[in-house]
Amino acid sequence: FYMGGEVDEDFWEDLEDTLVMGDMGGELAMRVADDLREQAARENLTRADQLRDALAKRLAQEFRTADRDPFEDVPSCVLFVGINGAGKTTTVGKLAGRARDEGKSCLIGGADTFRAAAIEQLEVWGKRAGVDVITRERGADPASVCYDVVEEAEKRGSQLVLIDTAGRLHTSSDLMRELAKVVNVTRKRCTSMPVTVVLVIDATTGQNGLAQAKEFNDALDLDGLIVTKLDGTAKGGIALAISDQLGLPIYRIGVGESIDDLETFDALDFCRALVGEGK
Amino acid sequence: MFNSLSERLQDTFDKLRGKGKLTEADINVAMREIRMALLEADVNFRVVKDFVASCKEKCLTAEVLDSLTPAQNVVRIVLDQLTELLGTTESKLVLAQNRTPNVIMLVGLQGSGKTTAAAKLAYLLKGQGHSPLLAACDTHRPAAADQLATLGSEIGVPVFRGDGKDAVKVASASIREAVDHLNDIVIVDTAGRLQIDEEMMQEAVAIKQAVKPDQILMVVDAMTGQDIVNVVQTFAERVDFDGVIMSKLDGDARGGGALSVRAVTGKPIKFVSMGEKPDSLEVFHPDRMAKRILGM
Ligand SMILES: Nc1nc2c(ncn2[C@@H]2O[C@H](COP(=O)(O)OP(=O)(O)OP(=O)(O)O)[C@@H](O)[C@H]2O)c(=O)[nH]1
Ligand SMILES: Nc1nc2c(ncn2[C@@H]2O[C@H](COP(=O)(O)OP(=O)(O)OP(=O)(O)O)[C@@H](O)[C@H]2O)c(=O)[nH]1
Ligand SMILES: [K+]
Ligand SMILES: [Mg+2]
Ligand SMILES: [Mg+2]
Repeated sequence: FYMGGEVDEDFWEDLEDTLVMGDMGGELAMRVADDLREQAARENLTRADQLRDALAKRLAQEFRTADRDPFEDVPSCVLFVGINGAGKTTTVGKLAGRARDEGKSCLIGGADTFRAAAIEQLEVWGKRAGVDVITRERGADPASVCYDVVEEAEKRGSQLVLIDTAGRLHTSSDLMRELAKVVNVTRKRCTSMPVTVVLVIDATTGQNGLAQAKEFNDALDLDGLIVTKLDGTAKGGIALAISDQLGLPIYRIGVGESIDDLETFDALDFCRALVGEGK
Repeated sequence: MFNSLSERLQDTFDKLRGKGKLTEADINVAMREIRMALLEADVNFRVVKDFVASCKEKCLTAEVLDSLTPAQNVVRIVLDQLTELLGTTESKLVLAQNRTPNVIMLVGLQGSGKTTAAAKLAYLLKGQGHSPLLAACDTHRPAAADQLATLGSEIGVPVFRGDGKDAVKVASASIREAVDHLNDIVIVDTAGRLQIDEEMMQEAVAIKQAVKPDQILMVVDAMTGQDIVNVVQTFAERVDFDGVIMSKLDGDARGGGALSVRAVTGKPIKFVSMGEKPDSLEVFHPDRMAKRILGM
């Protein structure tokens, strides 16, 4: 029924493939494409570019917007959690650099006392950003580190506290319990400013990202997301699925390994990339 | 969230059962379920298309259509096809007999698990009586050499850091170091890189030329989504790796990327990594992987 327009069956197939290829998930992609078909019929949209534009706009509305920016609205204490290698430590470094540029007094907490050289890595980032790192020796209790960090931040009157935690798989119940303790201790101890818990997620993650986010959310009651590695060719569609299902805002996106490679999230840009430009 | 593929197919066929003999249309319905299951497992959608088409052909035989247990038959066909595609034999490390030291080089995206895998390989080889040397050729990530040095000291394997500045120079010097210290295998850890980062891909090629590895292994995160084909295709073209280590399989990711890697590059999966500890590297079993992908 798309007579006269440029849109044909190939268009719909291509669109669905593009969405699947962007890691949105097969079922969500199909549902979205079906909805768009109805919208197209209703609003008499016949050109491919019109349809893609309409879709990007509608998807962009799916993202919840943040009531509060935990990196701007200070004082603020933020914990970074997520699975191994997602980009937590790097993101802490970038945000510390940004805070320092903006003249905010910032303090970094190193609560990854588990991974080999996690502390050394964070200290390099602290130096790059010109921000002090509070931590303990490898093997120390991470919850105690958080206690120290908050105490020190209150003493100094720091405006932004960024706490790095060890990567862990959501399926490891011991490690998830340990992390819940870290978060709870911080929430309890930190009475002088709001505590935000951010899940860091790698844009190359596939459908498992949803299970990850659900488990972290159940254990920690997450506040929002940061999506990293969007400088690659992965579109990060799983972030849409997560944000949609769990109602979590995306605070920032990571677009490289350097200190400046962090951007604010633009839902429409993100969705335009996800929907593609067609052939 | 979803039932296993077997249950889903059983449901599908139960609904069709009333009609007697199955038809091609019924098989198409089953194939749609299989397509969804594979996409949920992160098999690349192009790979899914080809795979489902070839499965469909095999399912359209009298044996399946007339069977009293069509769901089981379809699942068996899919499972066999998947296992075959994943590689029919266990793949192991291939070391040259007439060269000392042997060189194994690791490559991959950022955070995929290369440095950890380097230590795991060293631990495995040490246990087999080898005397490995770890070469810290990631001169980009903050404290990458410290990380490798820490892991090396935990497993009692020496780590060569060189000047810590030029990855290619460190790589070349590590071979001389191994010769001087009678290490029979050098394991070269490299920086994480995006396949579209031309400068970094050139560095990987330069390291390769400097150390002439016997084996280049690409470390791929089991949680990787659809983009895996773009990544492994470019790494295969530029660096031409020999096999894959699939990491982080201790989680609940289905790891459909394993199928995509095989289908797109033809390279075998050699090991799977099941944790952060040095002893968590395991041999790859195609049949187990096939069941995992299908959620069985
Ligand atoms: N290309 C790219 N690489 C990134 C980005 N963010 C982080 N990385 C890289 O990804 C790798 C892992 O980053 P980390 O910050 O160490 O990740 P993590 O979550 O702290 O890892 P663990 O502490 O081991 O769980 C490093 O090589 C980083 O340089 C990004 O936005 N783009
Ligand atoms: N659970 C689990 N974690 C793993 C596995 N392999 C590696 N990791 C963890 O994943 C994170 C990243 O591993 P690395 O070895 O640093 O990864 P890499 O590829 O060297 O990272 P870059 O050098 O930054 O590119 C670390 O926290 C590791 O402990 C695995 O099989 N299972
Ligand atoms: K991208
Ligand atoms: Mg870290
Ligand atoms: Mg590394």
